[in-house]
Amino acid sequence: MQHSSDIYGVMGEFGTPEELLHAVEKIREAGYARFDAFAPFPVEGLSEALGLKRNLVPAITLLGGLTGGVGGFFLQYWAAAITYPLNIGGRPLNSWPAFIPVTFELTVLGASLAAVFGMLALNKLPQPNHPVFNVARFTHASSDRFFVCIESKDPNFNLEKCSRLLQEVHAHHVTEVALDYF
Amino acid sequence: MSSGQPPFDSPEIRRLTPVIGPGHTYGSVTDKISAIVLTRPTSLGWFIGFTIAFSLMGMMTIAIAWLVIKGTGIWGINIPIGWGFAIVNFVWWIGIGHAGTLISAILFLLNQKWRTSINRFAEAMTLFAVACAGIFPLIHTGRPWMAFYMFPYPSTMGLWPQFRSPLIWDVFAVSTYGTVSLMFWFVGLIPDLATLRDRSVQKSLKIIYGMFAMGWRGSARHWHRYQSAYLLLAGLATPLVLSVHTVVSFDFAIAIVPGWHTTIFPPYFVAGAIYSGFAMVLTIAIPLRKVYALEDFITMRHLDNMAKVMLATGLIVAYGYFFEFFMASYSGNKFDVFLVQQRLHGPYAPFYFALIVCNILTPQLLWFYKMRHNVAVLFIMSIVVNIGMWLERFVIVVISLTRDFVPSAWGRYSPTFWDWATFIGTMGMFVTLIFLFVRVLPAISIAEMRELVAETSEDEK
Repeated sequence: MQHSSDIYGVMGEFGTPEELLHAVEKIREAGYARFDAFAPFPVEGLSEALGLKRNLVPAITLLGGLTGGVGGFFLQYWAAAITYPLNIGGRPLNSWPAFIPVTFELTVLGASLAAVFGMLALNKLPQPNHPVFNVARFTHASSDRFFVCIESKDPNFNLEKCSRLLQEVHAHHVTEVALDYF
Repeated sequence: MSSGQPPFDSPEIRRLTPVIGPGHTYGSVTDKISAIVLTRPTSLGWFIGFTIAFSLMGMMTIAIAWLVIKGTGIWGINIPIGWGFAIVNFVWWIGIGHAGTLISAILFLLNQKWRTSINRFAEAMTLFAVACAGIFPLIHTGRPWMAFYMFPYPSTMGLWPQFRSPLIWDVFAVSTYGTVSLMFWFVGLIPDLATLRDRSVQKSLKIIYGMFAMGWRGSARHWHRYQSAYLLLAGLATPLVLSVHTVVSFDFAIAIVPGWHTTIFPPYFVAGAIYSGFAMVLTIAIPLRKVYALEDFITMRHLDNMAKVMLATGLIVAYGYFFEFFMASYSGNKFDVFLVQQRLHGPYAPFYFALIVCNILTPQLLWFYKMRHNVAVLFIMSIVVNIGMWLERFVIVVISLTRDFVPSAWGRYSPTFWDWATFIGTMGMFVTLIFLFVRVLPAISIAEMRELVAETSEDEK
């Protein structure tokens, strides 16, 4: 058996979202903090079971939207009133109602770009490889199986105890997750 | 509602027309949808269809090349009709795109489960329609290589775009729409790309799908942020889709040309866009479910609902036509009154009557349950509505421009061979892209179908 620091963690497989939720709750009760669940679709209640708080995506999106909107308006103001003023029959240069459509579009554009790239950055994606992919059965995580992985970085991590805990919550396969890639 | 009938959307009604066929599991939906891409051999029919579509796209390339060589004089446009087919086709295509965003964003916010099996290809349809639409204004400039002038950048000439012009609004609206639709579609695809990565046998496919999946591993923490981002995108895309066709209608409504300068244009354009978009979704969905045996996923409930949306938006469009008449007569403006008369009695009157038949009269059949549940009728109807919506834009563009304020500025318009070649060519491009899409990507969102399986199994408990 490997030393616990040489492995990424220990993984258990489940057949249904209910089993997964039950396992996650039990593992959390047992006092583990560094573990993650894997599911082929967003399982309702899983975030709460893991104790995940509100995330930063909405704040980043708001920031992106504000940047797009304010920047978009001042871009037009700068172009139409300062750097390239056109006097058309004495009409006001800062004709702000005419700038609203572009301001709106750039708000949406800024917010959407921030939402997508913010989400990817917070998830640390793209990350083409990860230790969990070393488990052969993990390919099912994207179709019909549910997984829990307790990481060896957890202060309470003990390979035997974690394996036993996973078996107690009826994991179908309990496997060690190798740390090295390939 | 009469007491004898079960309430609308009660479990009984839902069981009669489910959004997913019975007996499906996480594994079975994954197998069935991914098999279309990964294991199903490419059929002869696919090659024949693709060849035809790709040839038409080739015709478009030739037509555009000839345009670049000769200039826009090869088209039927001339003063007073400077817009012609290019703008008719642009508005038609961009309108078609709207149903994709409506299905994926608005129905998502409204928590409509029936959206799940149609949103992926409807979003793809949006992207491809926007791509087709974008070609027209670009080549209509005559010098498409100068199109970057429309974007604000600090040029050495000190020039800036005119931000008070609806045509510049259009540039921003359409390019934002294209970008956001692409991101929405791609974010939705990430989990499915991971599925394809994990299920493909060939190393090369694993690498290609893997690169696009970006290492998605279905982590709960990832899903947590993913759901936030997806919900926010849906919330952003909803006002965006309404704004895009509003801005397109401003291209007309801000001008003083009779028949264009009306406040009804923005809502009536948006309704028309959704109308034609749902028609196009039906045009694609009906053959798709037949060829790939997806009747379990795209059920009669979907077709029925889409037909109802078509009927509702069609009625809004009819209201718009009526109010164009009413406002013209009520305003007493002689140019507006004259224009309306020209629609009924002018040289293009047959187009107007064809439009009424296609867009208002025929869809009234959708009031009947039997018609909404007859796949052949729906398919034909969807094509009729597409033709009708194209005629609507033709009527708006051509009749107003050929009947301006003074008779000396009147004219006639007829498209040339090159107009038709470009238009039919973009249809070829659209179908080519659809063919490629169904071959290399899952046409139905696998991850969302699994979610639907989980929800329906909870319902049954």
